[in-house]
Amino acid sequence: MRRQFPNDSVGLVQPRTVHFDQSLQLSSGETLATYDIVYETYGELNAARSNAVLICHALSGNHHAAGYHDPDDKKPGWWDNMVGPGKVIDTDRFHVISCNNIGGCHGSTGPATINPDTGIPYGPDFPIVTVQDWVRSQARLANVLGIEQWAAVVGGSLGGMQAMQWAIDFPGRIRHAVLIAAAPKLTAQNIAFNEVARQAICSDPNFREGRYYETENEPWRGLRLARMLGHITYLSDDLMSEKFGRDLREGKINFDYGVEFQVESYLRYQADSFAGSFDANTYLLMTKALDYFDPAAAAGGDLSAALKNVSADFMVISFTSDWRFAPYRSREIVRALHDNDLNVSYAEVESHQGHDAFLLKIPQYLDVFTAYMDRIAAGC
Amino acid sequence: MTTQSSQNSIARPDYTIIAEWIRPQSRVLDLGCGDGALLSYLANQRQTAGYGLELDDKYLPQCIRNGINVIQTDLDQGLAEFDDDSFDFVLLSLTLQAMRFPARLLDEMLRVGSRGIVTFPNFGHWRARIQLGLFGKMPISRTLPHQWYDTPNIHLCTLRDFEALCRDRNIDIIERRAVDHTHRTSLGLRLWPNLLGEIALYQFTRKVVSHH
Repeated sequence: MRRQFPNDSVGLVQPRTVHFDQSLQLSSGETLATYDIVYETYGELNAARSNAVLICHALSGNHHAAGYHDPDDKKPGWWDNMVGPGKVIDTDRFHVISCNNIGGCHGSTGPATINPDTGIPYGPDFPIVTVQDWVRSQARLANVLGIEQWAAVVGGSLGGMQAMQWAIDFPGRIRHAVLIAAAPKLTAQNIAFNEVARQAICSDPNFREGRYYETENEPWRGLRLARMLGHITYLSDDLMSEKFGRDLREGKINFDYGVEFQVESYLRYQADSFAGSFDANTYLLMTKALDYFDPAAAAGGDLSAALKNVSADFMVISFTSDWRFAPYRSREIVRALHDNDLNVSYAEVESHQGHDAFLLKIPQYLDVFTAYMDRIAAGC
Repeated sequence: MTTQSSQNSIARPDYTIIAEWIRPQSRVLDLGCGDGALLSYLANQRQTAGYGLELDDKYLPQCIRNGINVIQTDLDQGLAEFDDDSFDFVLLSLTLQAMRFPARLLDEMLRVGSRGIVTFPNFGHWRARIQLGLFGKMPISRTLPHQWYDTPNIHLCTLRDFEALCRDRNIDIIERRAVDHTHRTSLGLRLWPNLLGEIALYQFTRKVVSHH
């Protein structure tokens, strides 16, 4: 029996891959001689080629933002809540492109890819890439796809940072930037969380300095720990209390170290499913890209000065319960934008879901996001 | 979340007076911009640019669709995220009386802008005086439609009160208008603004204090 997808789903989608032979110069000084980028598209490009929207993914995301790869898939893409016909990012109006960033582990060239120079996976030899490198590689993808200028570049969290970098590095190629639950740079606390995650991975005996692809066991234990920690910081105290409270799995405490509280069981489940589909080296690399992101550094720490060549219009959205990238971090961006007399709107969404709220259907969030996408569509 | 804009409940011919005061191509900050109607009007009539600040969620989508730059902000937290002298005009339309710290906000307006424009419902209007003075009840009117216990308007004042505050704070009033509920002015309104004016409009700037 053929599966019926919801009416507002893009349905079955097929990833495509572009191979690049032209080497990519990276911020670290290294170069990537050749690389692949895997991407998906939803909705049609209009005749004027003016309705293309780039979705940038966050730390654990990938190119599969919407729809299903297989009729039997249980879950759609990671931002299916937002992307589809009639949804916020309306595929009846926009030609949406979502790619897996280089360094990723879902099809684009990354640490698990065979290094053409050695014949074995890159592992730790894969160069560290930055948000700026990603944006440069996305610009090359846009060239291949015949997109001269994005109607919008949209992203949550680390994805929002890429949208911001797009506006800085390619002012002529982006009309709107939508930054959701983002920050202009990480705080010491943010970096500290990332460092604990990295230590969890690196101290797993199976990590073997990153050369674990040829072995039986990957550093799943470390990756699970890293994800557990990350996951806690993406939620809020309120949400965890509401979801789990102090509920016990067996209704009583057992005075042992097994899984007793529901929250423990949840974290283990999340960690297992994540570790089964993610690569530890990619996790290390993504957290580094986050740590290094600081566009103001090039302008002596002055974010306003860093944005002086920007011409895009901005929509910035934050969530009150997001303590990883709290609203005041978004307001730093807003301030730097209005310092430059740029068009910017800002919404601070009342929510209790923490950082991960950007993935969820929160009415106030959907309202402002939809309104802004309407404005973008009107200018396509 | 409290509503900081009560302006939606009143028709807005006072826009024309505000527009008269604003020089073309000015940079404008509208505090409590509601659905952005005033900023849209000024952008059309005076080719202004700038931002609206609004706290209430329900107004944001409309601002955004209309191409108004709206920044969700609680005005009671001040305007700390705006630099000194960033705007030609800072507007506060029918919102002053709903602020927790109106005096502080007036100072903030003249810090971030060179001129301020304020409109507010006049508590000294004769109908309000009769309701309070004769009947001993808190006034309810077209411009002040709320019961005392559920009103957002916590800092009501008369024209005289406002002018006294301006004197105290070294604020120079450049121009004053008092209008009735149809937003028209008349000889009577010019003679007895504090008695006949339902809405007061002021344009003001920072008094230059000379040091001898």
